[in-house]
Amino acid sequence: MRFLFKTDYEDDIRLFPHSGYIVSYGVLLALLAIAPFVLSSYIVSQLVFVCIYATVGVGLMILTGFTGQASLGHAAFLAIGAYTAAYLQQFNVPFPVYFLAAGLLTGVVGALVGFPALRLQGIYLVIATISFAFIVEEIMARWESVTHGNEGMRVKTMTLFGTVVSRDGPAFYFLCVGVLILTIVGTLNLLRSPTGRAFVAIRDSETAARSMGINVSLYKVKSFAISAAITGFAGVLFAHKLSFISPEMFTLQLSIEFIIVILIGGTFSLHGAVLGAIFLVMIDPFLTYLKDDMPGIIAGVAATFGAGKSAADAIQNNVAAFASANGLKGAIYGIIIVLFVLFEPLGLYGRWLKIKLFFQLFPLYKRATFKRQKIYVKSERNR
Amino acid sequence: MSYFRAEDLSLHFGGLKAVDSVSFAVEKGEILSIIGPNGAGKSSIFNLISRIYPPTSGKIYFEDQDITSEPAYEIAGLGIARTFQNIELFENATMLSNLLVGRHRHSTTQLWQELLFLPSVRANEKAHRRRVEQVIEFLDLEAYRDKLISGLPYGVRKVIELARALCSEPKLILLDEPSSGLNVEETSDMSFWIRDMKTELGITVLMVEHDMTLVNRVSDRVIALNYGRVLAMGSPAEVQRHPDVVAAYLGA
Repeated sequence: MRFLFKTDYEDDIRLFPHSGYIVSYGVLLALLAIAPFVLSSYIVSQLVFVCIYATVGVGLMILTGFTGQASLGHAAFLAIGAYTAAYLQQFNVPFPVYFLAAGLLTGVVGALVGFPALRLQGIYLVIATISFAFIVEEIMARWESVTHGNEGMRVKTMTLFGTVVSRDGPAFYFLCVGVLILTIVGTLNLLRSPTGRAFVAIRDSETAARSMGINVSLYKVKSFAISAAITGFAGVLFAHKLSFISPEMFTLQLSIEFIIVILIGGTFSLHGAVLGAIFLVMIDPFLTYLKDDMPGIIAGVAATFGAGKSAADAIQNNVAAFASANGLKGAIYGIIIVLFVLFEPLGLYGRWLKIKLFFQLFPLYKRATFKRQKIYVKSERNR
Repeated sequence: MSYFRAEDLSLHFGGLKAVDSVSFAVEKGEILSIIGPNGAGKSSIFNLISRIYPPTSGKIYFEDQDITSEPAYEIAGLGIARTFQNIELFENATMLSNLLVGRHRHSTTQLWQELLFLPSVRANEKAHRRRVEQVIEFLDLEAYRDKLISGLPYGVRKVIELARALCSEPKLILLDEPSSGLNVEETSDMSFWIRDMKTELGITVLMVEHDMTLVNRVSDRVIALNYGRVLAMGSPAEVQRHPDVVAAYLGA
């Protein structure tokens, strides 16, 4: 176990507390750098989705994880970013310009959503953000002169500094990784400055935050704007990756997927956004596998245990019908959320920290180390 | 003119007069305690000053400025810090970040500078940290810098809340029952700190307190309240002898 001996205030400010971090993140960076040249194009494509989801996750983490404001409307922010890119592309606006414009516009919309959110808390805020998402979805479907309605919009291949950046090539992958890294670094910078601390203060006690001189309304709006802007940036990349966007892509289910990203990753750290994104992107191939192979496997097992041929076939058909039932994916998402909230509220990153501590302290780890206990009941009077 | 003044301050919840035209003044550099039975309106006065509730009527002046209609977050900016009776700390943050939030009113950096963490932000952070360390030393909190609040015992939290208020470098500090839940030893530490705040840091203290030992030890003047009205005002000994105060406590 490493004991840090702090001798300077800088020790609490720097991003990498000790050399071990530099080594491990250096290795990670090197692996990410060689990934597109050694991995199959399918996996690289999945990695691009991980980066996009993780970027949205970081944005949502600022709002939900650090400021404590729930949102089920982030699919709408993603849509605004994506549509801004697709719309501006028609006028031959260069990528850097419409990339920034999309982030800026989404940030402004986010701030506007933040204003009504000032008076709402908890479940009411969730409902308000859902309604916002539905409004945006409806606008995308009806404002045909701009969005082409339900026909959707084609997104042209990106050209960056005169070169064509194909959505499947390594250049696009590096762009997505770069955006993710910049987002994370920017967010970490924010979190170690007064603004980030104000966010956390609002999350934990609005009354105390106010009495410490924090303009709670202003910082909530700031949090909404930053979160939305990051999601808008991700939306541009999302549009390019899919090369076609239409209103039915940005549904409530996508917003729920973003919530899953941070909830399963762990809402208290940015690591959670990345881990959650990896989990969510991996779940899709896994579900496909279940759908394709599971019926056969179960039928095979049944046959081994003495079920007749016809019975085994019936089982196979039933399982196949169940596996391709509508809404199964949503149900599985729901079950995953419930199980994580009940059994692993700190998420995958929390689990990782526990495993790490187990080995650091071996054999002295106590099971109750992470047990949360209420020492006293918090006053609800001043809310 | 007095340093801090409340004039005819009232707070009514429907027919209930929690605070009923209370007037008092605090002189610069004194320790003024407010005592009274439960429900006398002591904490309500604090909540009026820190603008958690708007007063039904009356005016509040600080340094000859009318602060009755300032928004709640501006109160700290004027140099009035407070603690809460039931501790309102930022539970899922370390003590250091709690104390650094106390420095919020002194932060001058802009959002875009913070996103890039420019050298100016870094220098500011270090300056804030230096001030925070002075408070940590003043209140003997060195052992808890990187500890999460949610894991700390009640007595320590109470001190951390005081520390957070001190980090904002207030001119006037409002202490809502600083000794509630503390044992005898912790209470006597608290009384030393309160005196030191006055003598070493030059902070004016307005405090709500039930523990008469602490009140007698630190207060320059005492106000006794009951049913939202002022019963008596004066030195601790005078107030305790006042027949109305005796009646309020003993029910004579």
